[in-house]
Amino acid sequence: MKVGFLHSLIRVEEKLLLAEFRRRSADVEMLDDRNLIFDLEHCPRPDVVLERCINHARAVYSLKLLENAGIRCINSSSVAAVCGDKIDTSIALDRFGVAQPRIRVAYSQESALNAIEQIGYPAILKPVVGSWGRLLSKVNDREAAEAILEHKETLGSYQHSIFYIQEYIEKKGRDIRSFVVGDDCIAAIYRESQHWITNTARGAVASNCPVTDEIAIISLAAARAVGGGILAVDLFESNRGLLVNEVNYTMEFRNSIEPTGVNIPEKIVEFVISGNG
Amino acid sequence: MAECPVCALEIEFAEDTIEGELIECDDCGTELEVISLDPDVVEEAPETDEDWGQ
Repeated sequence: MKVGFLHSLIRVEEKLLLAEFRRRSADVEMLDDRNLIFDLEHCPRPDVVLERCINHARAVYSLKLLENAGIRCINSSSVAAVCGDKIDTSIALDRFGVAQPRIRVAYSQESALNAIEQIGYPAILKPVVGSWGRLLSKVNDREAAEAILEHKETLGSYQHSIFYIQEYIEKKGRDIRSFVVGDDCIAAIYRESQHWITNTARGAVASNCPVTDEIAIISLAAARAVGGGILAVDLFESNRGLLVNEVNYTMEFRNSIEPTGVNIPEKIVEFVISGNG
Repeated sequence: MAECPVCALEIEFAEDTIEGELIECDDCGTELEVISLDPDVVEEAPETDEDWGQ
């Protein structure tokens, strides 16, 4: 089996995955999205592609083009498209009845302000596409809301005028990230931070979180809702139970192997090679 | 040996270094991308784009 490894920059995660493929003597073809040229007749022809791009747009389009050539991709383009867009993720979770924070979507400063007041302060404003906790705003009052909305509409691209507003969940300094590979929730971590943003990319500290039945059930439900595959599910603990905040399709795991004791790259590579994806 | 384009530190690659890999300069902390292994070349890593992430 020839495995296409779709990537751009090689981060720690990609090195660990490549080492795991090498350990299994897998035939890996490196597909650097910065060098690829696609047309509709000719494209790389591995048996399966593992997507590890850093750019969301490049990942989605490359996966679409590869799938168009009949190549099985993990994750699929539709999973990437849904997970990479917070509105699409919310719709998918809602369609499958997966618990999530309340949200509002609005397109003008005035309607967004009304939407924030419907949700109540504090509220969270998020870019529809984005990651690593970038450009998240915790809006504590009307004056802050007016200023942030005006800045986003004036200074941002058109996408920043698609206002995704999320209920603020008091998470007491931590959230949970669970890791799903196929039909298994293989591990989970707590991400703890003094800051309300608990991304490890922003300095949150990872520690092991035992995978309870509740965590496994909601993680697998979230994964199924977005189309399944290799996914990281961000969960909030709330007085309504666990809520799904986001689902990530090119998951980072460098800080999660040691605390969980789970060899995450090994699980991913097993899944890719097994042909179950 | 590669040379850091920011502080000119001579950088020796680890045995398992691969092209495209991100490394950090030990002296100035700049994030670097390994451009070539023969000869050893690094460049400053690209700036984060709006749609970067996981």
